[in-house]
Amino acid sequence: MQRPASAQEVAELLAEGRVTRPVGGRTKLDWGSPGSPAELELSTERLDAVVEHNAGDLTAVLQAGARLADAQAVFARAGQRLALDPPDLGARATIGGVVATSDSGPLRHHYGGVRELVIGVQVALADGTVARAGSRVIKNVAGYDLAKLMCGSFGTLGVICEVIVRLHPQPVDPVTVLAHGADPRELTRAAGTLRRLPLELEALDVRWDRRQGALLAQVAGRAARANAQAIAGQLGDLEVEIVAEDHTLWEDQRARQRAAADEQAVARVSFAPAELERVLRASPSAVARAGAGMAWVSLEPSPEALAALRTAVSPWPCVLLDGPEALRSTVDVWGLAEGPELALMRRVKARFDPGGICNRGRFAGGM
Amino acid sequence: MHLAPGRYIYTDVERALLRRLATRLQSICGEEHVLEHEHDLFTYASDGLLQYSVVPPLAVLPGDGAEVSAVVHACHELGVPWVARGSGSGLSGGALPVEHGLLIVLSRMRRILEVDLDNQRVVVEPGVTNVAVSHAVGPDYFYPPDPSSQIVCSIGGNVSENSGGAHCFKYGFTTNYVTGLEVVLADGEVVQLGGKALEPPGYDLLGAFVGSEGTLGIATRITLRVIPSPEAVRCLVAFFDSVEPAGDAVSAIVAAGTVPGAIEMMDGLSIGASEQMAHAGWPVEAGAALIVELDGPAAELEARFDEIEALCRQSGATELRVARDETERTLFWKMRKSAFPAAGRISPHYFVQDGVVPRTRLTGVLGRIQSLSDEYGLKVANVFHAGDGNLHPLVCYDGHIPGEAERAEELSGRILEACLEAGGSLTGEHGVGVDKKRYMPRMFSEPDLSAFQKLRCAFDPDGLANPGKVMPTPRLCGEVPGPYRVHPLEAAGLAERF
Ligand SMILES: Cc1cc2nc3c(=O)[nH]c(=O)nc-3n(C[C@H](O)[C@H](O)[C@H](O)COP(=O)(O)OP(=O)(O)OC[C@H]3O[C@@H](n4cnc5c(N)ncnc54)[C@H](O)[C@@H]3O)c2cc1C
Repeated sequence: MQRPASAQEVAELLAEGRVTRPVGGRTKLDWGSPGSPAELELSTERLDAVVEHNAGDLTAVLQAGARLADAQAVFARAGQRLALDPPDLGARATIGGVVATSDSGPLRHHYGGVRELVIGVQVALADGTVARAGSRVIKNVAGYDLAKLMCGSFGTLGVICEVIVRLHPQPVDPVTVLAHGADPRELTRAAGTLRRLPLELEALDVRWDRRQGALLAQVAGRAARANAQAIAGQLGDLEVEIVAEDHTLWEDQRARQRAAADEQAVARVSFAPAELERVLRASPSAVARAGAGMAWVSLEPSPEALAALRTAVSPWPCVLLDGPEALRSTVDVWGLAEGPELALMRRVKARFDPGGICNRGRFAGGM
Repeated sequence: MHLAPGRYIYTDVERALLRRLATRLQSICGEEHVLEHEHDLFTYASDGLLQYSVVPPLAVLPGDGAEVSAVVHACHELGVPWVARGSGSGLSGGALPVEHGLLIVLSRMRRILEVDLDNQRVVVEPGVTNVAVSHAVGPDYFYPPDPSSQIVCSIGGNVSENSGGAHCFKYGFTTNYVTGLEVVLADGEVVQLGGKALEPPGYDLLGAFVGSEGTLGIATRITLRVIPSPEAVRCLVAFFDSVEPAGDAVSAIVAAGTVPGAIEMMDGLSIGASEQMAHAGWPVEAGAALIVELDGPAAELEARFDEIEALCRQSGATELRVARDETERTLFWKMRKSAFPAAGRISPHYFVQDGVVPRTRLTGVLGRIQSLSDEYGLKVANVFHAGDGNLHPLVCYDGHIPGEAERAEELSGRILEACLEAGGSLTGEHGVGVDKKRYMPRMFSEPDLSAFQKLRCAFDPDGLANPGKVMPTPRLCGEVPGPYRVHPLEAAGLAERF
């Protein structure tokens, strides 16, 4: 295991040409296809600085190995946050890992995903160079947006060494409207009603668990209470409560995005938001971002269960995230069909990593 | 203008090649949509940045995506470079034609293909104007990125420039609203990137394409996300003696945790100029005007609006006007949107810059611009997106005075340098195009530029798409470096692959 202390050192290690696997907080190491064994493990643990927190500009520069939770603590002192709340049970997730896997949580609804919040990136590339793209300012169109290319690339185009992120003010007085329902159609209709209203919700989730479900809508701001009442009034037949101490509710939503035990599987489905009903019906249990159209579905860890889910939600893409190695090595984790798009991705991979040394075999299409 | 174009002399071989291409294009798009005569082609010589102009030798107006694909395929076979053009309102010379290539004009492709409000998506052809999208989904929904040029500029151009607008501080930029693209690659092949769903598996090629300035392919079908229109909107304008206290007000508002829908600043010079055009009755002696618009749920707005008024006063506002109705609000925005055209009233010519600075550095950089303006003896009017620090200094000059254009250009360059020194960017929304490519090495190192080139080569290995734009110097792609080489350790049996 190598522990480089600078982007330059990372680049030098890559230049040696060994099949390399970057390692952050080890919270999602087994995501993706199993791939080839690494000849070199490269830990980002010494790249753990919050390099800059520019409170007045609402931006921050973070080294890849900085823990998300530590960075959030720094931002919180200024009443700010990085509006990115993926599940992070042991508080070990690093920003590099979150960006590389493009993981997100309930705040995805209002603030977008990693791709919306990362405004600059520094990557060590397979050719031994260190390249930057983006900048410290939220508005910038100079050069290609390579930061987006790196988000969700699972370290297969290079090693992310540093990111620049956009921050937001902490919300005032968040409260959650919680509505229970056991009918996917009704939950979908209720979510649709809220999506159509100009409410500026912080988050809009659905929880589904063996024929029991709930809709969760968080509002914040000076008029949060009044708005929560108004929302509750829109939910018709559902059984509604307003929860002021809503922290554990959302913690639970986040936790459900991960497999509770080693012998479970979780797949992520992206879908057009009105298709929520179909996704819920196909899922034994799930959490869904009802506005964004994303669901984390818990399923039995078998190839048949995954295939059945994919058929039921077709044509919407479905990626296996958590799951036992035995499953991940027998199925196509990514489910991305051969075609012009995958061919173009291969061309991108070939330009950035011609020798295939960056996390070989872990990405879609065997990249 | 001062940068008079030289006339390109075509060789016989080039002429013959273009003639062959023209014949192919006629059979693909119909004769009436292929332009070969100089008098038809003049219109397309420049985009919104008039100081550059090249009359293209050939232009085509395809009618749908299949025709675009066939056109690009023909170019690829004959090795002819091409430039895509939307409405030609770009301000960086992005759609400037190349002398030896084809101009592909997308303005016939203006169909709105699908309005899917259940999913909050709209699918359009690239020639559809920005404002037409909001019209198609209004009044319940709107499409937030709103460039001042929205009546004319095309969605294809917006995608390619990652355009912004006054409301982007709160709502984000074009890239945050494009969910799907059909792209014709430089060999004529068609790829679908994304669709109606967010974050599909694989590399985010959609994200990489947005803002690529026509160098990665042509977007022929675009899926956009639209959102519910805000319940209420309130707008005020605060006047200050100078830009410094106005800048303080911006910082105070943002620090208070408020995210205004828009927060725009005009300096004294631009207030004076716009007043001559828009006649809003604003105090022309004011040193700065700050337009702050709040939108959102009505109850939230009431609570926040009083705070904003108080913060403006505390920062030294000399006068505050709250728009009483929609007519007055429109008038405030007319003042803001008149700023570019009105600059023509105070100066025969001007250059618009588009540098960005971190918000906390606004006051310092504005002071620097003022002293540069004094040093060069040229007026610089300022109107800008204050919330995200995106400046639009208008460097005024008289092109009839020998040497003045050159000095104005030099001054513009010094302003960009000041933005970069403050930790900002060359361009916030207008793009690099031909105009700012020479400054790219000041913002990016050689490895950065070479990483950009890797992406470009993956999409367009032959360099046919909008050549000569974005990158500071022409580069070739070369072959993809050879396949995996056996590592010495492995060869020695010290490491195993599988
Ligand atoms: C008065 C005025 C005000 C403006 N205000 C703003 C503003 O507030 N914010 C802002 O961001 N911009 C602004 N602009 C700049 C300009 O309007 C935008 O850049 C706009 O997006 C350009 O769109 P267009 O259709 O005119 O593109 P064009 O100028 O025709 O082309 C721009 C670039 O896009 C490429 N292109 C066009 N269509 C496609 C396609 N389908 N696929 C791939 N590439 C394509 C071209 O090759 C070129 O590189 C303003 C311009 C003017 C004249």
